[in-house]
Amino acid sequence: MPSADEVKRRIETGIPGAAAEVQTHDEVHFDVVVRASAFEGLTRVKQHRLVMDIFEGELGGAIHALALKTEVPT
Amino acid sequence: MSDNEIRTLIAQAIDENDTILFMKGSPDAPACGFSARTVAMLQQLETPFAAVDVLPDPRIRQELSAISNWPTIPQLFHKGELIGGCDIVTEMYENGELGEALGAPAQSGPAPAPAGAGPAPAAPMGIENRLN
Repeated sequence: MPSADEVKRRIETGIPGAAAEVQTHDEVHFDVVVRASAFEGLTRVKQHRLVMDIFEGELGGAIHALALKTEVPT
Repeated sequence: MSDNEIRTLIAQAIDENDTILFMKGSPDAPACGFSARTVAMLQQLETPFAAVDVLPDPRIRQELSAISNWPTIPQLFHKGELIGGCDIVTEMYENGELGEALGAPAQSGPAPAPAGAGPAPAAPMGIENRLN
């Protein structure tokens, strides 16, 4: 089971320049806020996909749920 | 019915309905909290939408996710584009973007609803019905 730190590290590695805040109480449900300039100009669906793609194959498995919020830095 | 035929029907439904929600259960009887919340937001905006229940056949969900490249249910589409799931719809609802994106009367400005505008049509698309 991934820790919050591991999820954070993987997001920040997967999306260069991203800053992620990750919270979890049980290491299977994660609340994640990602701020990245890479999101600029993308629809929310595309922003979410950038993050979800990092965990391809794990969602619904080791990671039960990832509640995701994406932001473009101002 | 083959998986391919189901996929074609789903693609058609997305194409033929301006706003369409794939959900668990029906708008009147949602079978999941995320679907229920999404329906409630759409109803709050008084925007008409078609709804398809993915539960009657697991292949509906399987083929839908293959088309949309989106893993979870619900999924809201407008004019053929995936708007998002419950999280995105909630965020857009809260900051006013949802009504704008859907051209809904309740958030897109002071324009009154046209006379005789009724409530959203109940699930004109029944993929599950065509599966029988």
